[in-house]
Amino acid sequence: MSLRIGGMGWVTPLGSGVDAVWKRLVQGDHATPDTISSPLHERTFAVFRVPADATSGLPAHPRLRRSSAISRFAAAAGLAALENAGVTLTAESAERTAIIFAISNGGVIYTKRFYHEVVESGAQAASPLLFPETVFNAPASHLAAILGITGASYTLVGDGAVGLLALKMAEDLMQSAALDRCLVVGAEEGDWLLCDAYRRWRLLRAAPPVEPFRSPARGTVLSEGAGAVLLDRVGPTVVDAIDGGCNFIHQRDAAKCVEQIFANLGVSDDDLIVASANGTFVDAAESAAIRRHSPAAQVFAPKAALGESVGASTLWQLICAAQALRTHQLPPSAQIVDQLAGASAAPPSQKQQPPRRAIVSACGMNQQVAGLAISLAA
Amino acid sequence: MPDTQPANHRNPPARVAVVGAGVVSPLGRGLEETAASLRDGRDCVTPVERFSVAACRSKTAGQVRDDHLSFDGSRSRQGQRLHRAAQMMIVALAEALEQVPNFKPELTVVGTTSGGMTFGEEYYRSLHARTSSKHAASLIANYTPQKAVMDAQEALGIAAPCQVIANACASGTNAIGHAFECVRSGKYRRVLTGGYDALSELVFVGFDSLQAATPEKCRPFDSGRTGLVLGEGAAILALENYDDAEARGAHILAEVVGYGLSTDNHHLTQPNPSGSGARQAMERALASAGVGPEEVGYINAHGTATPFNDAAEGKAIAELFGDVPVSSTKGMMGHSLGAAGAIEAVISLLALRDQLLPPNINFRSSDPGLKINIVANEARPAAFGTVLSNSFGFGGTNASIILRKSAR
Repeated sequence: MSLRIGGMGWVTPLGSGVDAVWKRLVQGDHATPDTISSPLHERTFAVFRVPADATSGLPAHPRLRRSSAISRFAAAAGLAALENAGVTLTAESAERTAIIFAISNGGVIYTKRFYHEVVESGAQAASPLLFPETVFNAPASHLAAILGITGASYTLVGDGAVGLLALKMAEDLMQSAALDRCLVVGAEEGDWLLCDAYRRWRLLRAAPPVEPFRSPARGTVLSEGAGAVLLDRVGPTVVDAIDGGCNFIHQRDAAKCVEQIFANLGVSDDDLIVASANGTFVDAAESAAIRRHSPAAQVFAPKAALGESVGASTLWQLICAAQALRTHQLPPSAQIVDQLAGASAAPPSQKQQPPRRAIVSACGMNQQVAGLAISLAA
Repeated sequence: MPDTQPANHRNPPARVAVVGAGVVSPLGRGLEETAASLRDGRDCVTPVERFSVAACRSKTAGQVRDDHLSFDGSRSRQGQRLHRAAQMMIVALAEALEQVPNFKPELTVVGTTSGGMTFGEEYYRSLHARTSSKHAASLIANYTPQKAVMDAQEALGIAAPCQVIANACASGTNAIGHAFECVRSGKYRRVLTGGYDALSELVFVGFDSLQAATPEKCRPFDSGRTGLVLGEGAAILALENYDDAEARGAHILAEVVGYGLSTDNHHLTQPNPSGSGARQAMERALASAGVGPEEVGYINAHGTATPFNDAAEGKAIAELFGDVPVSSTKGMMGHSLGAAGAIEAVISLLALRDQLLPPNINFRSSDPGLKINIVANEARPAAFGTVLSNSFGFGGTNASIILRKSAR
């Protein structure tokens, strides 16, 4: 069975529209941070937010009236992926389409608001309007309602690798002849509570830049948005292999997992690697695998420009990978990791051949690792 | 999705055996305690003491006893640092693996709704109180939903990739259903699956705010039902390619034969009153299993005892199955959300094994709108070979699985 990428959509801190955001990345643009502060202490945080106009094209739908930002991002990206594929769902085709969501932090804004009211004023203050939106699968439910999908809908939770785990699940689901396509969506929303949590976890940087592969690692900056990919049986990009994962117990063991994934995918110097490096311990793990398997490969780390969006991040990486193969372009050398310790990554202009495949590497910050390889259809 | 024949397999789909099962719930620790509670129709719902419920309408829940959470290493510093949900997972997984000691899964698929939520609550309360918890980093790292699964795998020496499904109250059944399809497709030979959830204040207060939780007894399908009581627990099934299991002489507890799911877009928290979402899931499970409704001998219903759920589910069951015996076991143990489908799958296994219909306790009078055959208040012996188990959740997620008694 050949699995293809039929369409893609994203909502990012650099805006929306696959080609529009890619153009900005290729120009070397980086997202501009906003500052958010916690009302519970004096601390402020930098976060990359989605600009308001990035979701302005959303249809008016009752399900989106009170929904959280994460649901709006997901709906905008999902609808864009279908449009990008030229697919209009009918009642019949919607039944043969599955939705898989990838989420890490979920609807944190409403969850925090709901629990804050409970802590502040007691259980009698709990809001019955907010509670349903705190459930992990609320965004998937809203998108299914908008699209009229009545069959399979799954929400997967995990760390930054969850997007690839969702793609793996989609691949398994597409074994069924009853499915024509699968819409995989990763989404996340930004909030000071998350920033505080990642800071206490010693993974956050106070302000940009995000510097992938810099040693010592200085931390990441969180971002928000969504990425969506329509897996189909036809389309311009072939999904060659998805490695559904490997777990590490301690951060020091992450490199072994990434290396195992690279070995399973047969990563070589001829591949383009779209890394999950984000300015944390993840970078050393990926750096070790790259040095061992593909020291001369081109490496692109999009989190330098887009920030760490956790649940959405691997979908963004996949879209970058597909765009790089399709357009034969890569962002400028500032974002190519030419300072990767020990590796001889070269700017694309020095490469004779365009990469034969693109590898998406996902090393999550909480024990999960996965990988994927794509190529252009002949 | 009535047809689950793999697109790229011309061979018939593989059969799927359950070769191991483990459970910890308010009904007890392990298969035998659970079976005894079902036989006796025990009401295992007790007052909530883990957090204040003074301002809630509902004051009770099905709770796992602390002394049921001991395991090798549970007294160590690392064991005590684990979230209660992880401890439940370890207990359930250890029991399942005792039955298949060398089980090496290629994949683990587990359902949950709220992961280590109480750690998140503790972290937020410390922020709110402006106290700096020295454990904050640990609370945050162990709050995530995949962590309990990872911890359990680590404790039992397993390193399979994990897919953690959060489809609200259908999560456990969705997890088992997806695991079943993975083995059935022939792509996987061995998959661990199940579900877990631990009681938390946020979720308890949430259901209370919706007035979905009852201050009274949980009375599924009763004419005077007033809502659910929450619960907690974990259950694990070890699934294996049937031919492989048979070839190595494994004890096969049952066979998973069908899975159906549907998405009901009527409302985020309420089912379509027509019961169409529930009906679709059950019809798809029957089609997936290749069996007719007349072959199903018992239905373990979702049966939360909320007016909306039971009306929609009861209508769909009556239309599809007529007089088949039905019970919801949530009156005994509460609704354990992401764990519910997995625990109820274990209950279904035990029902098949013991040829006993588990009781629907706290039942007083039939709802005149629901023409279904409730196994009221006491367990009943019966001869049957096939069970259907339902789970429905917020977001309109509906899932049904079908289990068959093993000939071995």
